[in-house]
Amino acid sequence: MRINFQAIKVIYKYEMLRAWKTLFQSLASPVISTALYFVVFGSAIGSRIDTIEGVSYGLFIVPGLTMLSLLTQSIANASFGIFFPKFTGSIYEVLSAPVSFFEIMVGYVGAAASKSFVLGVVILITASFFVDLKIAHPVWMATFLILTCISFSLFGFIIGLWANNFEKLQIIPLLIITPLVFLGGSFYSVSMLPPFWQTVTLFNPVLYLVSGFRWSFFEVSDVNVGLSLGMIVFFLVACLAVISWMFKTGYRLKE
Amino acid sequence: MNPIVSIQNLSKVYQGGHQALKEINLEIKEGEILALLGPNGAGKTTLISTICGIVSPSSGTVTVNNHDIIKNYRESRELIGLVPQELTLGAFETVWNTINFSRGLFGKKKDDAYLEELLRELTLWDKKDNELRTLSGGMKRRVLIAKALSHQPKILFLDEPTAGVDVELRKDMWNIVRRLKESGVTIILTTHYIEEAEEIADRIGVINNGELLLIEDKKELMQKLGQKQLIVEIKEPIETLSTQLSKYSVSLSEDGSKITYTYDTRGDGTGITSLLQAINESGLSLKDMQTTQSSLEDIFVNLVHDDGGDQNQHKNSKVEKPHAH
Repeated sequence: MRINFQAIKVIYKYEMLRAWKTLFQSLASPVISTALYFVVFGSAIGSRIDTIEGVSYGLFIVPGLTMLSLLTQSIANASFGIFFPKFTGSIYEVLSAPVSFFEIMVGYVGAAASKSFVLGVVILITASFFVDLKIAHPVWMATFLILTCISFSLFGFIIGLWANNFEKLQIIPLLIITPLVFLGGSFYSVSMLPPFWQTVTLFNPVLYLVSGFRWSFFEVSDVNVGLSLGMIVFFLVACLAVISWMFKTGYRLKE
Repeated sequence: MNPIVSIQNLSKVYQGGHQALKEINLEIKEGEILALLGPNGAGKTTLISTICGIVSPSSGTVTVNNHDIIKNYRESRELIGLVPQELTLGAFETVWNTINFSRGLFGKKKDDAYLEELLRELTLWDKKDNELRTLSGGMKRRVLIAKALSHQPKILFLDEPTAGVDVELRKDMWNIVRRLKESGVTIILTTHYIEEAEEIADRIGVINNGELLLIEDKKELMQKLGQKQLIVEIKEPIETLSTQLSKYSVSLSEDGSKITYTYDTRGDGTGITSLLQAINESGLSLKDMQTTQSSLEDIFVNLVHDDGGDQNQHKNSKVEKPHAH
């Protein structure tokens, strides 16, 4: 099979350049918001919460906080990356070039996932200034981080393909992702909830992400680690399936 | 010569049910300049977009240099450059980056020397570091041309290249088109401007309501256009032409009041003087005289008008159905 590596390279580079131009904004905003979360949650509220399963509250929220930024930024980056050329019409060029849809996806999603990965690392570094961060399983931590970046960039790519106006571009991250992250045990342990809400939370996919990611730091988790990993992989495969269907039918790209 | 683009029974029905293309058959010869004329909404852009891979055909086949545009899309698309009608450009990247992006998309390695030459030719070199959003409309169109040529295509599609373009750019563009033709590039352009087609094209096609109404060599078309008609109105209607008059290629109207003479303006003599003499000698007195000439515009308007009025009307004697070369 022939692969147009040159095309993947230019799409990837083009998307990375976009972030490079707004580098300050891209890095400063997560650093500032992470710092604010630590001040508010870690110090003000955290001082009243003792420890959760043996982990200090400030430390406990680090994985959830990272996931929050990772999810929203992966989706925002990837969706905008493909939506904007659709919006300006410059997508014609990609569609008329000798590139496969697979190559287009690798270029756009690869760039969005790379940016999210860097962001995740920056947030963890910022967090380490506030708390004494120790990572029990660095390889697993990196695995969860990378899989999440890729999965949610794929998800963002789907939203970018689906959206035909700016409102649709914003609506899913705003109305679905943010509530799911906040209610998925990012800032608390599910075991602190009443039994009924514990069961409800089990239907929230973000719970599995945060729980697995937290386990790689502190070896404490709400759900089984294997289950967490399985859920992420399942989500990734599901996104790939949707994208391949979209490409096959030319959904919102080709008439 | 082998056709470089071969279109067979191509139809396109959009999701809303609008049939933009109806059974188009067309062969484009390597190295020619083909002008497609047609009013707005005729299907010109859909035809181009389908060949380039932006629109999926509903039925029919298209091959580019013997590569099917769907099965062998890489091989076929590599050969094609497209300048779209709308100014569809990004906003924040620079001119230099965007043409490098285009070249890379087509799988070509960086070639700064070629791209510099291209930008200089399009007088864009001093704008190479400008962001696209800061450029004027004319400059943006130049960028679109540069993008289309960035990967050195063998076939160039220009969709309404001169719509809303100033004289300077039009001149530059035709210079580039001529240079490309000399180097063997096949050029297909759509236009509203008939003079433009007359000036630059080797062949002219007329498209309306998704149908290709005519496709003909410009020279042959112009030959037809070179014919004029002299209509002589006589005071007293006659039943038959006198022997003197029937020597000329004239025809008598049904009511016997008009004699129509067809002649070639480019011939050595038109024969008008002797015809008038013959009319005089036949004892006929003139009431009025007029000459008419069919221009490409007339042919075009007739075709398009007939086609719009009655779907079968266009199949009159003037129309030649598209034929393979």
